[in-house]
Amino acid sequence: MTTRRLPRILKALRRTALQAVPTVIGILILNFFLLRLTPGDAADALAGEAGAATVETLAALKSKFGLDLPVLEQLGGYLSNLAHFSLGVSPRYNQPVAELIAARLPNTLSLMGLALVFALVIGITLGALMASFAGRPADRVLSVVALLFYSIPSFWIGLMLIVLFSVKLGWLPTGGAETIGANLTGWDAVLDRARYQILPALSLALFYVAIYARLTRDDMIEVRTQDHVRTARAKGLSPFAVTRDHVLRNALIPVTTMAGIHLAGLMGGAVVVETVFSWPGLGRLAYEAVMGRDFHVLLGILLLSSLLVVAVNAAIDILQAWLDPRIEVR
Amino acid sequence: MALPSTDTFPSPASRPRRAVLKGLLAVACVLGTAGGTPAWAADPQPAPMPVRGGVLRFLVEHEPSTLVTIAHTAGPTQRVSPKVTEGLLTYDLDFNPKPALATAWSVSPDGLTYTFKLREGVKWHDGRDFTADDVAYSIQLLKEGHPRGRGTFASVTAVETPDPHTAIIRLSKPAPYLLTALDANESPIVAKHIYEGTDPLTNKNGAAPIGTGPFIFKEWVRGSHIILERNPDYWDKGKPYLDRIVVRFIADQSARSAAFEAGELDLAGGPPVPYADLARVSALPGIGAETRGYEYAGRMTQLYFNFERPILQDKRVRLAIAHAIDQQKLLDVVYYGYGKAAPSVISPKLKAFYDPALEPYGFDLKAANRLLDEAGYPRNADGTRFALKLYANPFNTQAAGDFVKQALAKVGIAVDFQFFDFSTYIQKTYTGRDFDLTLESLQNLFDPTLGVQRTLWSKNFRVGLPFSNASHYANPEVDRLLEAAAVEPDPAKRRQLWLDFQKVVYADVAALGLIATDGVTIFNKKVKNHTIGVTGVDASFADVWIEK
Repeated sequence: MTTRRLPRILKALRRTALQAVPTVIGILILNFFLLRLTPGDAADALAGEAGAATVETLAALKSKFGLDLPVLEQLGGYLSNLAHFSLGVSPRYNQPVAELIAARLPNTLSLMGLALVFALVIGITLGALMASFAGRPADRVLSVVALLFYSIPSFWIGLMLIVLFSVKLGWLPTGGAETIGANLTGWDAVLDRARYQILPALSLALFYVAIYARLTRDDMIEVRTQDHVRTARAKGLSPFAVTRDHVLRNALIPVTTMAGIHLAGLMGGAVVVETVFSWPGLGRLAYEAVMGRDFHVLLGILLLSSLLVVAVNAAIDILQAWLDPRIEVR
Repeated sequence: MALPSTDTFPSPASRPRRAVLKGLLAVACVLGTAGGTPAWAADPQPAPMPVRGGVLRFLVEHEPSTLVTIAHTAGPTQRVSPKVTEGLLTYDLDFNPKPALATAWSVSPDGLTYTFKLREGVKWHDGRDFTADDVAYSIQLLKEGHPRGRGTFASVTAVETPDPHTAIIRLSKPAPYLLTALDANESPIVAKHIYEGTDPLTNKNGAAPIGTGPFIFKEWVRGSHIILERNPDYWDKGKPYLDRIVVRFIADQSARSAAFEAGELDLAGGPPVPYADLARVSALPGIGAETRGYEYAGRMTQLYFNFERPILQDKRVRLAIAHAIDQQKLLDVVYYGYGKAAPSVISPKLKAFYDPALEPYGFDLKAANRLLDEAGYPRNADGTRFALKLYANPFNTQAAGDFVKQALAKVGIAVDFQFFDFSTYIQKTYTGRDFDLTLESLQNLFDPTLGVQRTLWSKNFRVGLPFSNASHYANPEVDRLLEAAAVEPDPAKRRQLWLDFQKVVYADVAALGLIATDGVTIFNKKVKNHTIGVTGVDASFADVWIEK
């Protein structure tokens, strides 16, 4: 990236940030009303879970959580909280929502990050292999494998990975985020966490592996027929160098576009995978918030997710400009 | 210390002392402090000597939202709370009360005065002394804010504390269930100095509890685990045997099976795995299964009718539905045989109140068809007679609802079965009330006045209140029996009231009891003493030890 382009990128980032504000507020208000459509509220859920309730306890819960107020008043209260940089308090956990989310966010981000790395590395490698052997048996076999990854639901893949690597082979733990009570530090702690992260990240990644493998394969085959590749070959570059520098690099543009879109999808997939692997992340918090009708927590997570998507899209724009200088940063 | 309303009651000095003294029914001796297994351990063989040490990896299916049951009764909280926060009493597998924080107790013959001698030398985990003030304050909290305690302790007028180790509960009318309601998971005793002047629902003690129990709270990493450490100063010298309890939460049922198979868990109540997986998991080497220890909850699966529907107001229709459901098959197919077919709404496991003379209505399609014909609902051209809308509490699984739907289809009742997540179910059933039949999963609890009365007592028809009388059943005779049983201090007379109640409910087909479902505890066979009372794995775990 040249230094000349830097101010332009900053300008683009500022514009993205400005556009994000109305987008996010719109998403929040829409979500707020969507959530009101679900039957039951946090007080009903708590009273239901308790297995017993009296009229007095239920009324006390509702008034404590502000659930007895008119809907618009509740919305106003929520937005005014937000304006004061507070996400409110979770009735269920009796804790500020920001604290709850902050405790889970790093876990989910690292899981999503690792899954995306797995998906890109394995997917692009497989795709490059398939393109190199296009039409031959190796391509066919890998295509079937990719199709399987694409069609098998992630929770089932997760369970099968657990059965194989945890139950049968005993190599990796079945779930959790770290060895509980081990109090590891430094490198040991990193390795310990990595052991817990491999299986969930892999089950989250396999679906995307299939997509990236197919995308890379098709784009590489297409790019190979273009003039600049013929020129590169004519220059006398080795086939490997041609593939790496001229074919693959150009074929990566659609892959990065898709990866950006998929980051939001990864977050959705995290709900399922985090549940199967008891991963203490945002996905499970969101799931529990839905089941417990803990709307403050849910709104907080949705707010964060929308911010994340906006941020990732901005990052992808920049990345693409770097991959292909012809693409302008808006 | 006394409750605010104490001045309406004569002080102890002005009461005839004789009545109280003569009224001592049973005074239990202070439990010996010698080590070894408790005398009331379930294991009939001479048990090997417990050994100290080890970490118990204990699974609680879902993460609790708070760790103390002072204002909350959710299942996961009940699993964790008693390890740290104790109750006055605990109960063996036959519901006999055993000393915990109370060492001796007595009830006056009129059932209006309960006197508890409290254990001396007990300290809270923060070093303060445990006294009668804590007991009085806890009972006040339970009476004011606990979902069930509001009912259990409703007639408490005062808790007197003549000395730091005596608590006297005074009632305005008898509460015969009181002495079984004092377990740690139902009526925990919390520290007054921590709760005074705060809202028990939001008190920070719920997230980092201080108790008198065998284990001290160490950490709770949300979404991951809880760690409880051995209390070296526990009043029962030598106990607990475990060094530490690691509580894990695994929301996915299949992942729980896998964790047991991989040897990552030692103990879990529930059943923690689907009924379909139970046989496989409990057959694993080193893994066992236990169905005792759920009597305190009195689990049941019942079918309730909506009495506001004209079709269901006809007893013949209700009886036909009873005859159309093969209870034994429901038990075998849906619950894999884990449970017992119940003739009426009181669980066969509540032996003190259950009427063994009643038999289930019996699977009889001919009788069912005849009754429906007689009731004036002949089959239409398409073979159906009428349609009913069925809901099911998700605790019963979708399969139970499907079973009822198919069973009723055979007698020409077209069932529209709607299955929701728990919160939706609660809202639709108890607020919306747009159902004809609902397959509920309401625990009998330790006493039918608390567990059964709520669904059939006409005065508990309260729209919007979960687990109330959503049937809108109203029968003056049933009301009379329920109200009499709630205040009858004589156990024999009280039992008779409950037997009469079951006969009336049975004859009127007011509701179907269907199945008393079993809880199942899955355990590593090296873990001993995990089930020694009616609360099973909701106990304090002071006696649990791990074989080396």
